[in-house]
Amino acid sequence: MALVLNEEQQFLQDTAREFLKTNAPVEALRTLRDERNKTGYDSALWQQMAELGWASIILPEEYGGLDFGFLGLGVVMEEAGRTLTASPLFASAVVGASAILLGGTPSQKETLLPAIAAGETTLALALEEHNRHKPHSIATTAETTDDGYVLNGRKTFVLDGHSANQILVVARSAGDTGDSAGLSLFLVSGDAPGIQRQRTLMADSRNAANITLDNVAVGPEALVGEAGQGWSVLEPVLDRGRVAMAAEMMGIALECFERTVAYLKEREQFGALIGSFQALQHRAAFMQTQLELARSVVLQALSAVDETPEQLPLLASLAKARLNDLAQLVTNEAVQMHGGIGVTDEMEIGFFLKRARVAMQVFGDTSFHKDRYATLCGY
Amino acid sequence: MTAADRSSTVQDLEQFRLDVRQWLEDNCPESQRQPITPEEQYFGGRNATFPSEDARIWFERFRDKGWVCPEWPTEYGGGGLSPQQGKVIKEEMKAIRARTPLYGIGIWMLGPALLEFGNEAQKQQHIRDIIDGKVRWAQGYSEPGSGSDLASLQCKAEDMGDHFLVNGSKIWTTAADKCDWIFCLVRTDPDAKKQEGISFLLIDMDDPGITTTPIELISGESEFCQTFFDNVRVPKENLVGELNAGWSVAKALLVHERKLMSEIGSDSPREVVVPNQAARQYLEFEDGKIADAELRSRLVDYDMEMHAVGLTHFRTFEEKVAGVRSAAPLVMKYVGTEAEKQKSELLLAIMGSQGLGWEGEGFNRAEIDTLRLWAMSYAMTIAGGTSEVQLNVIAKNVLELPQG
Repeated sequence: MALVLNEEQQFLQDTAREFLKTNAPVEALRTLRDERNKTGYDSALWQQMAELGWASIILPEEYGGLDFGFLGLGVVMEEAGRTLTASPLFASAVVGASAILLGGTPSQKETLLPAIAAGETTLALALEEHNRHKPHSIATTAETTDDGYVLNGRKTFVLDGHSANQILVVARSAGDTGDSAGLSLFLVSGDAPGIQRQRTLMADSRNAANITLDNVAVGPEALVGEAGQGWSVLEPVLDRGRVAMAAEMMGIALECFERTVAYLKEREQFGALIGSFQALQHRAAFMQTQLELARSVVLQALSAVDETPEQLPLLASLAKARLNDLAQLVTNEAVQMHGGIGVTDEMEIGFFLKRARVAMQVFGDTSFHKDRYATLCGY
Repeated sequence: MTAADRSSTVQDLEQFRLDVRQWLEDNCPESQRQPITPEEQYFGGRNATFPSEDARIWFERFRDKGWVCPEWPTEYGGGGLSPQQGKVIKEEMKAIRARTPLYGIGIWMLGPALLEFGNEAQKQQHIRDIIDGKVRWAQGYSEPGSGSDLASLQCKAEDMGDHFLVNGSKIWTTAADKCDWIFCLVRTDPDAKKQEGISFLLIDMDDPGITTTPIELISGESEFCQTFFDNVRVPKENLVGELNAGWSVAKALLVHERKLMSEIGSDSPREVVVPNQAARQYLEFEDGKIADAELRSRLVDYDMEMHAVGLTHFRTFEEKVAGVRSAAPLVMKYVGTEAEKQKSELLLAIMGSQGLGWEGEGFNRAEIDTLRLWAMSYAMTIAGGTSEVQLNVIAKNVLELPQG
């Protein structure tokens, strides 16, 4: 378990920070929002990110990957959190790539992974069917036909779902809604007949599509992993996503916190810098304590992906729950401490607040992960 | 460090671990591999007696091995080992539940400060006595009127030419009624700014003019005392560091104290009850889950908190070894003692009325200890700098917020 970044990872962090600050600051997200950009992210930027190797950061070298592991990914996610950079990094390079890597057939790996690595193909996971995360409450059906399967159902909160080239659909081929058994994963082309993608505009100015599947026919080669055994692929994929999202939230919290502390040092009220008020000092210092604890759990969870995957379920839930709480605490305090200007659109603090709320719902909120953690601990 | 160096270090450390394991196996008496009770803790000192013959044998072997203070320099009786090796010894002792043979704030706090700030004569005189358990030390920092505002202290030491004349009082002097020497912060320049007129003195408690009385706490214990100084003559050579520059010694020592307090519970002499085990014993379960959703939620919060705190301790160690500076060490006293208080409250809630036993019939040892530790946990977020002072320190030293 590594709780301190090595030289390579530190170098990656410096590079990522510099690149994103220059090419994708929060201002860029504002522009995407104001222009109602159709893709929801800057494709040219994504190409540059792919050239830096970030789209393949967790992939083995045999598939054109950088093979930097999850600690490397975490560094980039954290920096992307600092700048609120919109890109398919999470949906495609983390979640999509992990699904193919963990569950794909050799042929799926050979065709898809190099394309993902190059940033040419993007994936999105169509999982959720409720307003809250319930990963095995799946009503979408996959019926067996002579030529493969037919998919029917409705999906919601599909991150980057409207722009992805391929949709990874979680469907039920057996069992009752609520069972983890009987789930299957299918790769479906984003423009397959019968797919309707409704673009949404979310609080964070990013996209999470609603998708309808109406008699979508796919061949047997579309199946990722074993039929009915999708959960064994999906669960580790979700945990990898949770850990990566926790790393992004670490960046969100850190950046938001640092901006707030800087503001406490420049804003005057009652004839004094507000940072000299003990009431605010204590709240700021408390946030620092929570940032330190969060830092440790994120690092351990990232390490676990590569080193101790058997501990991943517990550590991923720990990291997501703690970082949900941290992101909420820090963004709330940031707005409050900025006072009136904190609630204006002009101030970027609001962008962090909104992104945090979306991130908190991705793959499970705090109560979901507390319940899972308790269950894994046997109580 | 190259990859080859790193791997050889890892191998050396693994060999060291095996050696430690073997040595402990050969030398730690069976009776010294059980949870210790408060009465059996050995603090050393002029008048100390060992709680048992095994405790004496165990201490002497341990001392001769150089492991009382494994990381201190060998010339003063330390083990001269690396922090990693020191950690291995701790881990291997924990693995067989070996008792700590010698306790004391001489080891935890004064020693490290003397190694940093003391002169050669002071190191020669005091370090080995600490390691050998010959002298038990008390701490004289707080005063009745000063509390968290430590720098407002009034106990004064007047320069009388060949000695200092000390007058005043110190409070929260841990176990001072059983101690031989006390290290004190005293005011040597009443006209200087608060922190600039303070010096750090070592005082032999056998000197005439010193009296000590215990203070009873809400936990029913009286481990703290108040110590009075009435025209006590202290030789000049007992000044540590420069005259009027005692504050920097004090601060360094407080860092050790806070680190120690943040690790509280890891070496507790009381029966330590783990909340999720207590839950199994005292709470009803339905379908494998604790039936009381509120308590289940609190238990998860606590377990997550402790996981994060323990891990952050480990990270501070890793960072120290790697030479990385971070704010983590500065937050540990706050998070460690607050978590301990949270744990005590949670245990009381889980045990219900069974956790309220003060003494006697109807309650087992673990239950009574839980209540006593609950009462003690309040002292931990106050002593060594209150939680609020800890937050002030973070605000000032980490966040560098403007000071009002």
